[in-house]
Amino acid sequence: MTIHHGRGFACINYPIGMNLGGDPAQALVHSTPDGKFMVTLSAIDLGQGMKSVTRQIAAEALGVPIEDVYVDTADSDTGPHDMGSFASRGTHRVGNAVIRAASEARAQMMEAAAEELEVNATDLDTDGLGNIQVKGAPTRSITVAETAIAAQFKQGRTLSGRGIFLIEPSGVDPDTGEMSPVTTYAHAALIVDLCVDDETGEVEVQKINSAYEVGRALNPKLVEQQLIGGAWMGISHALYETTEPYYPDRSHGPNDFNTYLMPGPGEIVPHDIAVLERPAADAPYGGKGPGEMCANPVLPAVANAVYNAVGVRVDKLPITPEKILRGLQANGGARPGPRRPGA
Amino acid sequence: MAKRPISFTLNGTETGIFVNEGQNLLEALRREAGDLSPKFGCGQGTCGACTILIDGAPHLGCLTLAEAAQGRSIETTSGLADGPDLHPLQRAFMEGFAAQCGFCTSGMLMAAKALLVTNPHPTRDEVIEAISGNLCRCTGYEPIVDAILDAAIRLQGRVA
Ligand code: FES
Ligand code: FES
Repeated sequence: MTIHHGRGFACINYPIGMNLGGDPAQALVHSTPDGKFMVTLSAIDLGQGMKSVTRQIAAEALGVPIEDVYVDTADSDTGPHDMGSFASRGTHRVGNAVIRAASEARAQMMEAAAEELEVNATDLDTDGLGNIQVKGAPTRSITVAETAIAAQFKQGRTLSGRGIFLIEPSGVDPDTGEMSPVTTYAHAALIVDLCVDDETGEVEVQKINSAYEVGRALNPKLVEQQLIGGAWMGISHALYETTEPYYPDRSHGPNDFNTYLMPGPGEIVPHDIAVLERPAADAPYGGKGPGEMCANPVLPAVANAVYNAVGVRVDKLPITPEKILRGLQANGGARPGPRRPGA
Repeated sequence: MAKRPISFTLNGTETGIFVNEGQNLLEALRREAGDLSPKFGCGQGTCGACTILIDGAPHLGCLTLAEAAQGRSIETTSGLADGPDLHPLQRAFMEGFAAQCGFCTSGMLMAAKALLVTNPHPTRDEVIEAISGNLCRCTGYEPIVDAILDAAIRLQGRVA
């Protein structure tokens, strides 16, 4: 029995959202009478941080403290239309819609404040702490709460905004077949170090080094959290998960969590992450979001590392011990690939 | 089917409910006692989302007969916080970004609490062992293990 070390590399350009049928997202923003703001969405937060990031974006665009912004993603019956949480589109598409809705609400808030202060709205600015001030004369100011109260009870004005962000459907040129399926890409490069036991076919992933380019990391801790959890999913898909049976007979297929294999807390892989910030021009404050890209590059990097370790090219997932052993048998044994110094 | 009355303490409060014969404790806590903090993940003992403490020891609510709770002390995640003050485990999970969708979190917290009560200074391997019956789809486990170790430090000198 020999343990063979291998290193695999993969890099990806990952599309944000989809163009083929058009990709719209809507947001509504309105103030409560006490100067808090509610962002209503049908975008879904399934743990990736949709609520946190749209809350940050709305607070920034409104110019109010983040504590004064609430995000409601509860119900597609009561919220404005959204395509959903998929295709890594949330931050980019929904974030852009939120900026538009919040900017419209901000404009109304400034008009209402201008009426109270008897100045031009263009002469006003927010301080981000809950006040609206005359530029250059910050003592002449009104709070956002007072503004909202005046708008509601005195001026009869709503402080609200509607926003939609639409990537239009990309048509196909009938002559050339040319089209533009994607408008924005995120990027990643990833190195996996692992070892393969040539007697059992078992793989142990030892280390992941990754670099992700996600535009601006609007919430760095959430980005990191996504990347750590997503890489675990990548390992899981590469080496364990399948709804098909490992063996030809259907009765061997997984039908509960005991037989549907996934790595557990005992198989945590150390993971060093570098997040490269390159704010995207068409993205909300430059943020594209990690999304599905968290998991994707791990799979080819694992497959390449297995090939580097024992010379077996597995082209069907998951890369099970059985597939590796069959490959070793076909090759007449392990054929370790080239090593880099230090690998 | 005739319902039977049972009584137990739920997070320190005397509680009485009626249960069906054969009903499991997870369902009884959620439906009859109105405590939605233990989660139904699989209903067959394989995910840990329903982990609760019975007399301080971790049990799977979905595999425990409700009637077995008679006279016992049950703890769930609803009882962790002290009014507005989160339990150190909850704080550590929150500050360590150890939850994403949160579906496993309640079970993870109870499994962790059971560990820290009996072993206030666990090693990393002991933490991993303690949560090995709890599945998480989102976090990759590392932030959860780190949060439990962090909570052990926060709890130093106090009972979990
Ligand atoms: S619901 Fe009890 S272990 Fe899954
Ligand atoms: S946070 Fe989603 S399952 Fe653990």
